[in-house]
Amino acid sequence: MAQEAENKDNDQYHYSRNLDNAVQYLSFALGKEEYGVDILRVQEIRSWEPVSRIPNVPCYEKGVVNLRGSIVPILDLRERFNLSKAEYTPLTVVVVLQTGDNNKTRIMGVVVDSVSDVISVDKTEIQSAPDFGTKVSNEFINGLVSVNERMVMLLDVDKLLKLEELDQDEG
Amino acid sequence: MSIDMSQFHQVFFEECFEGLEAMESGLLTLDMGDIDSEIINTIFRGAHSIKGGSGTFGFTVVAEYTHIMETLLDEMRDGRRKVTQPAVDVLLGSVDCLREMLTAIQNEQNVNNASVAKHKAALEVVLNGGSVAEESLFPVEQEFASEELSANDVPDIDEEESIESEEQGWKIAFCPYLDLLKTGNDPVRLFRELNELGELTTTVNIQDVPGFYELDPEECNISWDLKVVGDISGDEIKEIFNWVEGDCEMEIQPLAKAVKLPPVVKQIDPEPAAVIIPNNPAPKSVEVKPKPATETKKPDSQDADNEAAKTTAKASSIRVDTDKIDTLINMVGEVVITQSMLGLVGENFSMDKVGQLKRGLAQLERHTRDLQQSVMNIRMLPISFVFSRFPRLVHDISSKLDKKIVLKLVGENTEVDKAVVELINDPLVHLIRNSLDHGIEMPADRVAAGKPETGTIELKAYHRGGHIVIEIIDDGRGLDKDKLLAKAIEKGLIEENNLLTEKQIFELIFMPGFSTAEQLTDISGRGVGMDVVRRNIQSLGGNIEIISELGKGTTIAIHLPLTLAILDGQSVAVGDETYIVPLVSIIESINITERMLNKVAGKGETFRLRNEYLPVIRMRSIFNVHSGNPTKSKEGVLVVVEGQGELCCLLVDELLGQQQVVIKSLEANYRRVEGVSGATILGDGSVALILDVPGLVRFSIR
Repeated sequence: MAQEAENKDNDQYHYSRNLDNAVQYLSFALGKEEYGVDILRVQEIRSWEPVSRIPNVPCYEKGVVNLRGSIVPILDLRERFNLSKAEYTPLTVVVVLQTGDNNKTRIMGVVVDSVSDVISVDKTEIQSAPDFGTKVSNEFINGLVSVNERMVMLLDVDKLLKLEELDQDEG
Repeated sequence: MSIDMSQFHQVFFEECFEGLEAMESGLLTLDMGDIDSEIINTIFRGAHSIKGGSGTFGFTVVAEYTHIMETLLDEMRDGRRKVTQPAVDVLLGSVDCLREMLTAIQNEQNVNNASVAKHKAALEVVLNGGSVAEESLFPVEQEFASEELSANDVPDIDEEESIESEEQGWKIAFCPYLDLLKTGNDPVRLFRELNELGELTTTVNIQDVPGFYELDPEECNISWDLKVVGDISGDEIKEIFNWVEGDCEMEIQPLAKAVKLPPVVKQIDPEPAAVIIPNNPAPKSVEVKPKPATETKKPDSQDADNEAAKTTAKASSIRVDTDKIDTLINMVGEVVITQSMLGLVGENFSMDKVGQLKRGLAQLERHTRDLQQSVMNIRMLPISFVFSRFPRLVHDISSKLDKKIVLKLVGENTEVDKAVVELINDPLVHLIRNSLDHGIEMPADRVAAGKPETGTIELKAYHRGGHIVIEIIDDGRGLDKDKLLAKAIEKGLIEENNLLTEKQIFELIFMPGFSTAEQLTDISGRGVGMDVVRRNIQSLGGNIEIISELGKGTTIAIHLPLTLAILDGQSVAVGDETYIVPLVSIIESINITERMLNKVAGKGETFRLRNEYLPVIRMRSIFNVHSGNPTKSKEGVLVVVEGQGELCCLLVDELLGQQQVVIKSLEANYRRVEGVSGATILGDGSVALILDVPGLVRFSIR
């Protein structure tokens, strides 16, 4: 708890220090790694529920669900990033993200272990991603930022959810 | 409050196009020998209401043009003029021209004045008693840009003041702000006062007037260039404009010095021109029409282009029979009653009311289904929306080819979904052109073959099952199987010693790059090929088949689903998963055990159904389903389906039930998946995939 409070203070500090450059990210955990996505891209956060499997697609495309009448695909980020699989529990979380390409918005859900926090990041503090040893392919990573000694990898939602790339992977 | 005239434009255009269609069909049915005055009346009425409407909306170009047509028609109606084929042809050309004008205005483009002038001239020649050669109507090449005039533009003022610089007087550029009229000022009154001072010449400048859609009649989008001649002092002029000082921008210059001196600018309002720029929709910038040359050169190709453009333009609204709406309202009433009845049951619910509840629910179910049906019905349009264009097409092309052809339309009132109506037009045009060009022989050949000189093309629509069938039947020369085979072998599309069934041979013409025509003409063999036709029809969820007999004729049958939004489906279980098979593609379902399947080396499995061996697709393996009880695959259900004219069997675990499903797109948020045409949401909220049977067959072959 204490740490969380400290977190908040820290965020506030960031926030007030440089309002213009502050960008908010939603951070979530995959195993021991922590990732962030631009909070403006997050439509909602849902709990995991069974999906309808789609035949003959890569395994990280878990399937589709009915989200208030529209059919929304669900991707498993652990599998996308080749991390070890985790069991789905009622606590498993699906983050529904919006991605826009060519004036058409798509909605997709990504399965993550848990959602951690909303962090304010000063744009100037974002480091570009080095070619580091995690299993995430560099192309999805916008940059790195350190929050409270923890490293958070900021993901590029558009690239992450781009279907052409999914199609390529398929082949 | 302002009245937005543009809201009526849509209706006006729709009525105009309807009127044009009525005129066109009237003109085509006119029999030279025996003139039916009722038909002429219909044509006249069409022209008259277009004239009236366009006058009201200020489309003077259209109104003037229609007026000439009307004069001609009026004389025909009164019997003062004989109805001749050339006159009818000119009138048909005029209908095209009108349609072009209206389309241009509707899209806020420029009217092609050159072509209008041509048609007008032709009309006048007929009016004056001459006859027109066909060529003059459709010149080979046209200069268009120079002569083009925006539909809502008028030539700008030119600088003529310098010539009269010797005269004494004032030149006033008067440019009122948009809200001048709202302040109660009337420019006309100002001009009248000016006129009292001296001789007033006004030049109106309306180039800033927005398009009809943006036009607000209470805004003053016009500016004037005024010239007052006479011995007047500048103060006198300023006095007149005193009242409007704050509401306009103006510039007053003495006439004599106009050339020599830099203009004495009098800007009354300190704010610069920013306010004065009306929302200019740039009527001038849309000047370039895509294909000026072909547009006037080929009346028939332009026809199709126009029509295609028209369908897209019309897509936004739909006319519904009031009967249908009444039914709908009735249904909604019933649903409300049932709902309140159920509400009553639920208020003090006890177990003895279960029967009542069940009855209520059953009623609700029935009403919901009826309601759904009535709503779907609203989207249904008679196929005559498509068919009505073809008499003209046949008329034009047959006269061009010197063939004698009658077109018979059967079942025009068959109703079909609006989306289907819009998308079926182009494939049909292509198929009819094919029939006209390749199917029907020249009159001499026909007589030689012992057939009547006049060929017949029958366009027929009817319902069969959940499908609408559209048939194009001609009594022409039919398809030559040997020639098709030879051609396919020559092009390397099939192996030489391949044995093909008759059906498969006919299917060859759907292969890309396959053309049976010995020579390409401008009627067919250009643009879309048969492969595109078939692809279009398949994308609508339909299929196309050919029956042909050499020397007797060809029948092309298109099967299309009635609607694209809802489908009758059979849900089947594969492992733990549920899939929907479109009911229309199911022939039958058979309970089988494993040993009833015959293994074929390398080619999978077959099932013998009444002396016919059908390929079997195991849904479990093709969709990689691993869940569920594996012992079940020892016995399962074979669903015999038809996809692309081929029968095949899908091996599933279980049949679950039939239901109507609402088709949802997978592609909206996801992408196309092979073997799946869409998805739907089941009663429990989960998603089930709808199988694409032809796609599945293709997929399994690979």
